[in-house]
Amino acid sequence: MDFGFTDEQTMLGESLARTLERGGDAAALSELGAGLALMTEEAGGFGGTGPDILMVFRTLGRAAAATPLLDSVVLGAGILSAAGEADLAEAAASGEARIAVALDEPGQRYDGNVSTLAEGERLTGEKSLVPGAEDATHLIVKATDGLWLVEAGAEGLGLRGYALMDGGRATEVTLKGTPARRIGDAALLDRPLAAAILAVCADALGAMEKAVELTTDYLKTRKQFGRPIGSFQALQHRMADLLTEVEQARSAVWNLAGNIDTADRDRHVAATKSLLGRVALYVAEETIQLHGGIGMTEEYELAPLARRLLAADARFGDSDHHLERFIAASAA
Amino acid sequence: MDMSFSPDDQAFRAEVRQFLQDRLPKRLSEKVRLQQELTKAEIEEWHAVLNEKGWLAGNWPVEFGGAGWTAIQRHIFDEESALASAPRILPFGIAMLGPVLQKFGSKEQQDRFLPRILNGQDWWCQGYSEPGAGSDLASVKTTAVRDGDDYIVNGQKTWTTLGQHANWIFCLVRTDPTAKAQEGISFLLIDMTSPGITVRPIVLLDGTPEVNEVFFDDVRVPAENLVGEENKGWTYAKYLLTHERTNIAGVGFATAGLAALKRIARAQQAHGKPLIENPLFAARLAEIEIDLMAMATTNLRMLAQAAAGQVPGAESSMLKLKGTQIRQAINDLTRRAVGPWALAFPSEAVEGANDHLPPGPPEAAAATRAYLNNRKLSIYGGSNEIQRGIIAKSLLGL
Repeated sequence: MDFGFTDEQTMLGESLARTLERGGDAAALSELGAGLALMTEEAGGFGGTGPDILMVFRTLGRAAAATPLLDSVVLGAGILSAAGEADLAEAAASGEARIAVALDEPGQRYDGNVSTLAEGERLTGEKSLVPGAEDATHLIVKATDGLWLVEAGAEGLGLRGYALMDGGRATEVTLKGTPARRIGDAALLDRPLAAAILAVCADALGAMEKAVELTTDYLKTRKQFGRPIGSFQALQHRMADLLTEVEQARSAVWNLAGNIDTADRDRHVAATKSLLGRVALYVAEETIQLHGGIGMTEEYELAPLARRLLAADARFGDSDHHLERFIAASAA
Repeated sequence: MDMSFSPDDQAFRAEVRQFLQDRLPKRLSEKVRLQQELTKAEIEEWHAVLNEKGWLAGNWPVEFGGAGWTAIQRHIFDEESALASAPRILPFGIAMLGPVLQKFGSKEQQDRFLPRILNGQDWWCQGYSEPGAGSDLASVKTTAVRDGDDYIVNGQKTWTTLGQHANWIFCLVRTDPTAKAQEGISFLLIDMTSPGITVRPIVLLDGTPEVNEVFFDDVRVPAENLVGEENKGWTYAKYLLTHERTNIAGVGFATAGLAALKRIARAQQAHGKPLIENPLFAARLAEIEIDLMAMATTNLRMLAQAAAGQVPGAESSMLKLKGTQIRQAINDLTRRAVGPWALAFPSEAVEGANDHLPPGPPEAAAATRAYLNNRKLSIYGGSNEIQRGIIAKSLLGL
C-alpha cells in the first residue's frame, strides 16, 4: 500500500509552487507542463491520473491562483480527448487553445438539465456561469442531444462577463442560431467532470491547508492580554479541531484520486465533494474568526483563500447536492 | 405566566407599523431588503424622518429630546423597523455617545452635542479599537498629553465603522502612561476636521470599504472636550458598551432575514420543485426557525426583567452569542439557497467587476456579500470568544 506520489509528481508540485510564488502566470505554468501533466499518455500528455490532478490543484489552491487549467484543460481538453478531437485537446493542454465549457443554464441549479437546442448545425439557447468564456478560442456547449463545439466569435454568440468569488471570471452565454459542430454524446462528460470535481476538491484542500497555516502563525504572534492568543486553551482546541477536519478532507481527496478510474467513481465523487464542501465552509469561517478583524480584510492573504473555499462549495454541486447524490448512489 | 404583550405595547406596535408604512420611502426599503449599501445622504434622510416624528432616539429620556421608550417599546420599534426593511439607525451618536454624555458629560457638552446628534449636524464614529487593542481593549496606546488648554493626541484607531462619513470621533486615549491598564484611560471627543487626522479606508472581504483606520499626528484637542474626569474613561467606556448591547440579539434582523430566505427558497428550483420543498433544505431551514423562536423568547424574558428594574448582566452575552450564530446560519443557508449564483462576486475591490450586473436574481449577489460581511457579527462588539469567557466567569463562576 502506498499513499505517496511518484518522484515526477513531487518534482512537478515543487516547481509549480516555486513558479506561483514568483507570480508566474498561465504561460509560465504551461511552460512547466502543468497542462500536459493533467492529460493521459494516450491523450498526448504525461499524467492525467487521480494523483497527478491532486498534486497540481492542491498546489494551485495553496497559492489561490486563478488559472485556466481547471476549465480549459481538465474539463475542456478532457472532453475533447474523449471525443477523439486529439489536435484541439493537445492545443488546449499546451495552452495554445483556450476552451470554455458551457454546461449549466440559468435557474437549473446543479441539476444539469439543459434546453439548448440544435437545429441542423446551429445552436440556440442560454448558458450560465461559464468560466473563462471571454478568453476562450472554443466553447464546448451541452445541448439536448449531446456536446457541440463552437468557435469564438461565431455568429449569434453573445457573452456577458462578470467577476467570480474565486478571482476568475465567468460569462452568461447566449446562442442564437450559432454555427456549431457536434462532437459526441453527453456521456463523454462523465470522466472529465469527475476529474474536474477532484481538481476543485484538491484545490480546496490546498487552500484549507494554507489557511490553517496562516492561522497557526497568527495565533503564535498576535498578543492580547499580555500573551500570544495561541496560549489560550480555548483557541488551541479550536485549532486542533480544524487540523483534524482538514485531515479528513485530505483523506477524502485521496479517496477520490484513487477511485477516479474505478467502477466506484460516482459514489466517491459524491462523498468527497460533499465532505469537502462542508469542511471548506468550516475552515473558511473558523480561520476568519480566529484571526478576528484582520481576517475580515481584503488586504490580508486569508481573504482570497476564504472566498476560494466558498466558491469550491458552489461549483459542480454543493455539499447538500452531493449528499443527496451519495444517498442515491449508495442505495443503487 | 402571561407571555403576550400588554394592550399598550400592542397599540404601540400598530402605531410603529403604520408610521413605517406611511413614511418609509420604498426607495430606501428596497435597498435595505437587497442588502445594498446606503449612501450617507440616504442614512441621513431616514434619520431626519425619524427625528421629525421624535422617534430617532427611542432610548434617550424626553428631557434630552428622546422618545423615552421602555425597553419593550424599543424592542418593538427595532423589530418592526427590521421587518419593514427600514435603514438601521446609526448607533454611534444615538445608542453609544448619547447615553454617556447624558450620564457623565457636562451641561455644556450636553447642550452642545446632543441636539446636533438628533438634527444630523454631526456624524459620530467610535475610536475604541487599536491595532494592538482589540479584544483586550484596555491596552489602548493612543496618547493624549495635556498642553495648556489642549490635549495633544498621537496614535492610531482602527475598525472605525463609517468613519469616512464622520465629522466627530469619541476616543479612548491614554492620559496616564504610568497607571495600571484600565486606570490611565480618558474619554475624549475629537473634531475629525482637526489638522493631523488621516482616515484610511479598509476594504473588507465582501469588497466594501465599511471600516477605516484613523491616524492622529499631534492633533490638538481643546481640554473642554474631555468627558467626565481625566483617567476615568474606562468607567464611561464600559457604560457605553452596555448600551451598545441593547438589541444585541438582533431578533428583528434575523426574522427579516429568515423571511427573505424563505422567499428565495420558494423561487429557486431544485430537481424541478421549489427548493423549499427539498427535505434536506427544509430541515435546515426548520432548525434555524426553531432556534430563532426560542432565542426571541430569551430576548423577551430578559427585556421583561429589565422592564421590572433588573440591571441586565452577563445574560446579554448569551444573546450576543446565540443571536449572531442564528444570523450567520441564515446568511449561510441563503448562500446555499441561491446555489451557483453565489459564485458571482460584484466587488469594488476587483478591477472590472462592475462592468456588468451579476447574473441571477438580485438577491443572489446580495447573498454572497451578506454572508461574507456578516462574518463580522461574531468578531465585533466583543468577539464571541470574549462573550463565552464572560458567560463562564460571571454566570458560572468558573
